[in-house]
Amino acid sequence: MFGKLSWAAIPFDQPIPLITGAVVLVAILAVLAWVVIAGHLPYLWREWITSVDHKRIGVMYTLLASVMLLRGFSDAIMMRAQQAVAYHSQGYLPPEHFNQIFSAHGTIMIFFVAMPFVIGLMNLVVPLQLGVRDVAFPTLNSVGFWLTATGALLVNVSLVVGEFARTGWLPYPPLSELTYSPGVGVDYYLWSLLISGVGTLVAGINLVTTVLKLRTRGMTYLRMPMFCWTTLASNLLIVAAFPILTATLLMLMLDRYFGFHFFTNEAGGNVMMFMNLIWAWGHPEVYILILPAFGIYSEVVSTFSGKPLFGYRSMVLATMAICVISFMVWLHHFFTMGAGPDVNAIFGIASMIIAVPTGVKIYNWLFTMYGGRIRFTTPMMWSLGFMVTFIIGGLTGVLVAVPPADFLLHNSLFLVAHFHNVIIGGVLFGAFAGYTYWFPKAFGFRLHEGYGKAAFWFWLVGFYVAFFPLYAVGFLGMTRRMQHYNVAEWRPWLLVAGFGAVLILIGIVFQIMQLVVSIRHRAELRDATGDPWDGRSLEWATASPPPVFNFAVMPDVSGADAYWTMKMHAREQGPGSSAPDYRDVEMPRNSPTGFVCAFFATIMGFALIWHIWWMVAAGGIGAFATFVAFAWRDHDEYVIPAAEVARIDRANLDARRAALSFAGSA
Amino acid sequence: MTDATLAFAQGGSQHLAGTATIVHDGPASKRIVTGYGFWIFLLSDIIMFSCFFAAYAVLVGQTADGPHGSQLFDLRSVAAETGLLLLSSFTCGLASIAAGVRNERWFQAAMAATCVLGLAFLALEGREFASLVAQGAGPTRSAFLSSFFSLVGCHGMHVSAGILWLLTMMAQVFAKGFRADIQRRLLCFALFWHALDIIWVAVFSVVYLLGSAV
Amino acid sequence: MSDQLQQYHDHADLAPGDEEAGSIGSKLLGYVVGLGLAILLTATSFFIAGTNLVWQPSIPVAIIVLAIGQMGVHLVFFLHITTGADNTNNVLALAFGLLIVFLVIGGSLWIMSNLNHNMMPMDQIMQMQR
Repeated sequence: MFGKLSWAAIPFDQPIPLITGAVVLVAILAVLAWVVIAGHLPYLWREWITSVDHKRIGVMYTLLASVMLLRGFSDAIMMRAQQAVAYHSQGYLPPEHFNQIFSAHGTIMIFFVAMPFVIGLMNLVVPLQLGVRDVAFPTLNSVGFWLTATGALLVNVSLVVGEFARTGWLPYPPLSELTYSPGVGVDYYLWSLLISGVGTLVAGINLVTTVLKLRTRGMTYLRMPMFCWTTLASNLLIVAAFPILTATLLMLMLDRYFGFHFFTNEAGGNVMMFMNLIWAWGHPEVYILILPAFGIYSEVVSTFSGKPLFGYRSMVLATMAICVISFMVWLHHFFTMGAGPDVNAIFGIASMIIAVPTGVKIYNWLFTMYGGRIRFTTPMMWSLGFMVTFIIGGLTGVLVAVPPADFLLHNSLFLVAHFHNVIIGGVLFGAFAGYTYWFPKAFGFRLHEGYGKAAFWFWLVGFYVAFFPLYAVGFLGMTRRMQHYNVAEWRPWLLVAGFGAVLILIGIVFQIMQLVVSIRHRAELRDATGDPWDGRSLEWATASPPPVFNFAVMPDVSGADAYWTMKMHAREQGPGSSAPDYRDVEMPRNSPTGFVCAFFATIMGFALIWHIWWMVAAGGIGAFATFVAFAWRDHDEYVIPAAEVARIDRANLDARRAALSFAGSA
Repeated sequence: MTDATLAFAQGGSQHLAGTATIVHDGPASKRIVTGYGFWIFLLSDIIMFSCFFAAYAVLVGQTADGPHGSQLFDLRSVAAETGLLLLSSFTCGLASIAAGVRNERWFQAAMAATCVLGLAFLALEGREFASLVAQGAGPTRSAFLSSFFSLVGCHGMHVSAGILWLLTMMAQVFAKGFRADIQRRLLCFALFWHALDIIWVAVFSVVYLLGSAV
Repeated sequence: MSDQLQQYHDHADLAPGDEEAGSIGSKLLGYVVGLGLAILLTATSFFIAGTNLVWQPSIPVAIIVLAIGQMGVHLVFFLHITTGADNTNNVLALAFGLLIVFLVIGGSLWIMSNLNHNMMPMDQIMQMQR
């Protein structure tokens, strides 16, 4: 009746997941109870869960990423603690448990922290920067978010019902085949990522179409903000790469569920083909993560240097070059797998070539800062921290791009240090910069600067203390994913690394405090003008938060840095005489399609994992019925009359004018 | 200042109306946006197929002492399947023309024909799969057969999903006529159906024809 | 919006799959010609695969060339993907997709054949384990 599911799936004999699960479950129930009792459920349903507004969806993506960051970081602290104590000792985590922890850590951080964070920021900001009202496919946007949430949910459920994969964040066969992983762990991994992969693909299609087909009047490609260019490049990569992930995981699923022989040891399967295909996805994936971060840095650096971005065209070229070359380097993830020297050499050279456009970007940011009047706000601090940290990480990357060097360093802690260096220093710092930078736009009040800077310093120092010892210990020969070790030389480094993790923990605590304090003091931190940073691009032309239609009248753009041009012209020409030409605005209707779809996807995913076939069928029929019901609706838009648009816009303009005159500038 | 800021932005179009150099006219129409988004999705689907093609190409020789393609493929059946799918692409084109001139009778007839041809294709393919399994040449026999069944089966599943979509579109047009959003969906359906035939060209050429020329 | 701008907007771009405005007859003719060409190329493909009349080593190349031809016929006559200015975005997207397809398939074939050449076959490795 319930397939492989039984009470034995709950880890009654493992205190750590059991207690964690119980605590989390109680916390979730408490929050739900509070929401329902306080009467917030209708508001949440109407304004957030069924919302198709890109701003709301962007916030939800970012919220998901932040919560999952806590889960992924808990895994990290557990690993550092284990490696700090497990010298000539089994530590406190048995191998089966430790293996699940490092697998969950990587899976969660990449798929449910980094991806949602950058997709959330792109969703929130890009339509505003392009001067339009929403993304190309608003309801599909909601579907994409909720499917991603389904994936995150399934991974977390694996903590308390069953187990997670023990294969690492990429499930290499033959270990991931049924013979060697007979449990449900790899299945949790597979279905979680197959489902959320659909969500990510949908987001990719949405953002590519938005950037290419939905720009306001006058905004040619070369007048778009740099963040929109990197969004285009990143989402082109999503559209191109995620099908590869889907195909490869489907092949593994076919092996496990139906006895196919893609990657088995028997009947002619080819284990190495998995690595080839999965990294053909995996390499573009890291560029999917870093390109939006590069875009964020372009925005932040130019705003807080008070100068237009230096070398805009070369930035565009560099971005698109990275986009294309990122599909030509994937073998560098398996130099040691046995390809000949000629193949290794070509991919090694390509991997070094791809560092060049990144270097172009770094120089452009430096030249943007040069001669500018720099304001050291929190987003700018994150950007400066990125520049130093990412360069080092990139250099270590070029080092391991040399095949003979990689033969020694592959799968050592040197490699682990390298990719954390670029992902934390590049992607995560960028996400934090973007979060701080655009928070006022999303919510109408700024984040507390003091806590922000404290968080930054603890993260920055903590990162170096946690990861630079890993470079050393990698050179000393330590392999990754070790549950215990006997080499005395390594111990001091690992202890220091453990301390670094604690510093990062303090940084995270400061970020949480920053949020709490900012909410509590939101009146003092209010952004009444919509332009708290003296920004350059169109999102700062709207109120904070923007009205649902973003722009009362879609702006007409005549150059790059569109909003900055508007401000300069306004200063020269004085107040305008003509009132804006308000028209009726058509907005997409909210829809429960995304949420309901994800509900059925969760049911199907869980049922597939536990082999509950009737439940799979039920979920599938439900999902299909949802599509048809959605397709059958007659009214997918609602109209905001011109008078209402005018009223909202005038109220926003009045508030902005009042704030500016209060501040002394008219 | 803020009045002027936004007034400049919104009044800008009037400043430019005198000049002929409109550089970008604003967001594209819904039909273009929808069509283009679906086109991007199709390209992603083609990339997914290419992974199965790559796996097939790598594993085609791994027959584990079992049967090769040349021993298993019935080219007459494949030719029939090809003809059926090609014709269905043609009838789908007819349906597109009918939708363009809003002729419901011809539209439903052409879609019905497409459906019948597609179902016939699936029937032939199902028969082929069943007979292969019956001879002990099922997907679990060898890596070659796993990749064969996956590649051809993936295409077949897409055709099946296409048929479900086709029937839904026939029902929608019947119930609501040629409304603008339904027309957009028909555009997407046509793209999908033609793309399936393009993939089939690759399948029968690489899998069946090259496979039996061995 | 002035008429001039209206015109510019509508002719700037075509959705993929859409064709320029025309009479039913001309559209019908397009599909019929496409069908005819496709039948011709397909039949040739099947014929070549089975015949002894051509130089045998050329058969795989011929089949692939004919396949590309058939795909081209589909793209032009059924999907109306042309090289017109109104189709640029559609063609660029297709080109990008094709580039990725070639990189994935070509790259995988090259890498896997290199690996297979250098590495011991799996069943031999398994035998060593026993």
